[in-house]
Amino acid sequence: MESSFDKNALFANLNDIYLDLLPESLSWLAYFGTGFTIVIILVNAVLMLTAFGTYMERRVLGRFQTRLGPNRVGPFGLLQPLADLLKLITKEDLRPDSADRLTFFLAPVLMVTSMLVVVAVVPFGKDSFLADLNIGVLFLVGIPTIATVAMFLGGWGSGNRFALLGAARAVAMLISYEVPMIVSLAGILILAGSMSLVDVVEAQSLPFILLQPLGFFVFIVAASAEMNRSPFDLMEAESELTAGFHTEFSGMRFGLLQLAEFGEVVVTSAILATLFLRGWENPFIPADWQQVLPPQVWLIGKILFFMLIFTWIRATLPRMRIDQVMAFAWKVLLPLALINMFVTAVLVVAWPDPTYTQLWIMVGVNWAVAAGCLIGFSLALDKHRVNPTDSVKLMQIPTEVS
Amino acid sequence: MLDDYYRQYGLVLMLTGAAIVVPLSMLMMSRMAQMFHIRPHKPSPVKSDIYECGMETIGGRWVQFNFRYYLFALLFLVFDVTAIFIYPWAIKLRELGDDALFTMMAFIGILAVGWAYAWRKGAFEWK
Repeated sequence: MESSFDKNALFANLNDIYLDLLPESLSWLAYFGTGFTIVIILVNAVLMLTAFGTYMERRVLGRFQTRLGPNRVGPFGLLQPLADLLKLITKEDLRPDSADRLTFFLAPVLMVTSMLVVVAVVPFGKDSFLADLNIGVLFLVGIPTIATVAMFLGGWGSGNRFALLGAARAVAMLISYEVPMIVSLAGILILAGSMSLVDVVEAQSLPFILLQPLGFFVFIVAASAEMNRSPFDLMEAESELTAGFHTEFSGMRFGLLQLAEFGEVVVTSAILATLFLRGWENPFIPADWQQVLPPQVWLIGKILFFMLIFTWIRATLPRMRIDQVMAFAWKVLLPLALINMFVTAVLVVAWPDPTYTQLWIMVGVNWAVAAGCLIGFSLALDKHRVNPTDSVKLMQIPTEVS
Repeated sequence: MLDDYYRQYGLVLMLTGAAIVVPLSMLMMSRMAQMFHIRPHKPSPVKSDIYECGMETIGGRWVQFNFRYYLFALLFLVFDVTAIFIYPWAIKLRELGDDALFTMMAFIGILAVGWAYAWRKGAFEWK
């Protein structure tokens, strides 16, 4: 069996450098040295992008709300994340007496860990990645679930009622959105024929966003629910739950929770870019555009693009109600994901080895199905909407309290 | 030397180690700031009380509340296990052809009956 390890050109080159440096007897150290070099590059890339992401989000949100956003610290306010970090580090560390010490300590650490580990399988250049696991996509949807556990640990460990309620909501919502998220990726697996992300990128002769519009829609909605971002940020709904599961966290612990939250945006953007926009390759169809920019720049550009989209969603949509959120996952997203999976499956079974024309016909069919489903489900949901002009009816006091 | 398969996971393990060390070192930095008196440490009963609304908390810390989510947990279990069947099927569908497609359709069809039953019984509603 051909090992995917040999494909990792970045690893091989770095390993050669280490082998030259080390004496013969210590050659086993080269593996660890190389591994740690790539790990440090990856971790730093994610943390720097996260820091920039907090700055970008605040600036862009400011513009959406016709204000300036942070612009005092450094040129254009670019050093704002550093100032935030310094402030959080020097804040007093408060832990309520009622808190459970172990879970209260574990929650922020586990959140950051689960966020960082996911990038292990994301390829960031031709033949350069940390690990090309043959279960890559399963890894992507599996590891972030640890954050759910961490959230419940934090909420339960704070010994606060708001926190516990927020954590219970969070768990219910996260597991509900887990299901459509997993099923929406099945279409990609059918097209790519592999769970390894390296193979998924290579299989994209057309970007999968063209072949999987419905899957993309379901995934981006479910992912923004998994990240607890607006319009699904109701486990930290200030008006109902103070701050949800992180009510009691302050100082650096709170900083870690925020780092995990913004870091998940970066990581999810990287996943979206890899699965739907050709990863490190150029997102456009002519292959000779390959040399225009280095692959890492393409990937970071796509990550920033998706981060901008998430900020835009946050600025535009109001928060949903908990019953709407739960019903939306089960009644709308899950059927949509299954429809997407079966349409893709039928097309792939019909044309196992599609030509370029057949590929474009698949694009057309998929977009038609996506448009039909979205319009149909919107109309079906619209029937249950309360007309704003019926406000008189809403104001009436119910005679019978159930 | 280790098998290549395990060497992949060794790299993931290294990243996991780094991912645990990063938050821990941040917490340590914060703790060291306290040692050098940059970070204040003045505990008081008011500060170490839980936050509720500014008043003193009445009653126990962990209260009972109506837990409406167990149905979602059950449904989640069903559909999450389905994913275990869907993923290998999805990878090999190109080779397996239409037989596998019809099998999966029957399988999801049976699940869909259960899903429709849950909907009918109001499992997705907020009661």
